[in-house]
Amino acid sequence: MTLLDVDFEFKYRSGAGVACRWRDPVGDPRVTVFLGASGSGKTTILRCLAGLERPQRGHVRLGDHVWSDAVRRIHLPPDRRDVGVLFQDYALFPHLTVERNVAFGARQMPHAAVAARTAELLDTFRLRGLEQRRPRQLSGGQQQRVALARAVFRRPKLLLLDEPLSALDRPTGDELREELRSLIRALAIPAYIVSHDRVDALTLADRTVLVDHGQIVQSGTTQEVFDRPASPAAARLVGVDTILLGRIASVEDGLARIIVAGQDVRAQAPADSGHDAALLIRAEDVALARHDVADSSVMNRWRATVIAHAPEGPFVRVAVDCGFRLSALVTRDAWHRLALGPGDEAWAIVKAASIRALARN
Amino acid sequence: MDWVAIGLTVKLAALTTLILAVVGLPLAYWLATTTRRWRPIVDAAVAVPLLLPPTVLGFYVLMSTGPNTFIGRLYSQLFDGTLPFSFTGILLASVLYNLPFAVRPFASGFAAVDRRLIEAARCLGASGPRTFLTVVLPLSWPAVLAGLVLAFAHTVGEFGVVLMVGGNIPGVTRTIALAIYDDVQALDYAAANEASALLLVFAVTVLAATYSLQRRTLAL
Repeated sequence: MTLLDVDFEFKYRSGAGVACRWRDPVGDPRVTVFLGASGSGKTTILRCLAGLERPQRGHVRLGDHVWSDAVRRIHLPPDRRDVGVLFQDYALFPHLTVERNVAFGARQMPHAAVAARTAELLDTFRLRGLEQRRPRQLSGGQQQRVALARAVFRRPKLLLLDEPLSALDRPTGDELREELRSLIRALAIPAYIVSHDRVDALTLADRTVLVDHGQIVQSGTTQEVFDRPASPAAARLVGVDTILLGRIASVEDGLARIIVAGQDVRAQAPADSGHDAALLIRAEDVALARHDVADSSVMNRWRATVIAHAPEGPFVRVAVDCGFRLSALVTRDAWHRLALGPGDEAWAIVKAASIRALARN
Repeated sequence: MDWVAIGLTVKLAALTTLILAVVGLPLAYWLATTTRRWRPIVDAAVAVPLLLPPTVLGFYVLMSTGPNTFIGRLYSQLFDGTLPFSFTGILLASVLYNLPFAVRPFASGFAAVDRRLIEAARCLGASGPRTFLTVVLPLSWPAVLAGLVLAFAHTVGEFGVVLMVGGNIPGVTRTIALAIYDDVQALDYAAANEASALLLVFAVTVLAATYSLQRRTLAL
């Protein structure tokens, strides 16, 4: 398997920069998400991989190919690296039609081969009928598909995507995320995605790389990184009060039974049974009770043990263990009435409707 | 009407414009995209003729191309002739003097092209020159056209540099602007008037055509 070996430092003249060091086997079409806050340097890492920035120190190698080596004064320009790049707002050529945007990468190919490849991509990316349009006559989703088709025209070795969904509003972004997921899998090209949104990592990534203040703070499988953030910085990045990873056991009338650490969790089904799912639960949506409330409408009621509690403004943040760790936010008044302490038994209650369930690769 | 002078002027302006396209476009692209530290120095060097009196530039071209100078000797060895008081001499001076009139519009046109489009083209496997031809030029051609027209028109009307470097040799270095001066010196106001009117109409026509072409492009 080819190894992507990255160890470099890059500094802008302003002084900001990134130090990036990690090795990763490429191939077996795999999706890696660089997750970091804006300004953390994750886009700079992508630009160094693409060859758009030249690191002052260190190297970037893909297998036997040296893309960049500061000591040997090697720096391959982007056009000689064989990568496909999807820019943040797509950077479609405004003066070219959809068809000619897609085929822009055609080089030393017979005319018939260019036409065949273009036709194939227009089909794959559902762009039929739009061939003669200009980019500004397209919707956001259509633009994204054109940009992606253009980026993969030459069958690049790597696909680099810079915040592919941030240019879109939330509902459109959710819709396109699904589409992006299936397209990336269909393309079978290893993809590196830069994102500030943990939902992207949870839904798209096999591996997640956490970037903070120009440094890689953790990398590993998405499950590892989200289950066990290795540092406070990493924990802040994976954020959300509770993220659970499980498998959909069954789906009935759109409602899924998802198994997480042996417990049943009910939530709106993000995919069919057998698929993996990520569940996002906000602490303010979790209620606590001393006894089971079997006669209520709430579907998720788990026996829990109180682990710790800490005041947070007018609330108390309580960590409980239900087989998985769950964070709850309750009012001070309620906390006093419950009269619970560490080690006590309780019930954690979450409405199925307030759990955000996402399908995972 | 002095058709010999008009023909010579058109030839000088056309060749000047052609050379500026060949030399000026890459130079402007470099100025618009480079991050090198000495870019401002090159920028300033290109812009100097804007502030320098034409006679001063002409004087320096004359002094540095004389038969006893390095450039003069090199030129006479290569082409068996001299630069001062020759058509090649005024062409060289005219190219230097018009450099900013072409390069500055070019460069501002190139700088206005979204950098991400250039980066996208490079990432799609296009080399620097190919990116220039397929992305930058199609998106900035109104500015390029403006630069070329400006250089052409400016050469047609140039006086000081041509007089300094070329003297005033009919059929060799006497352009229409010099012919007008000669006509006035000879008190032949009718001839001067004819030629001046021609230049005026030419200038207005060229500018109007350029602006309307640019406006039509921008409106697209």
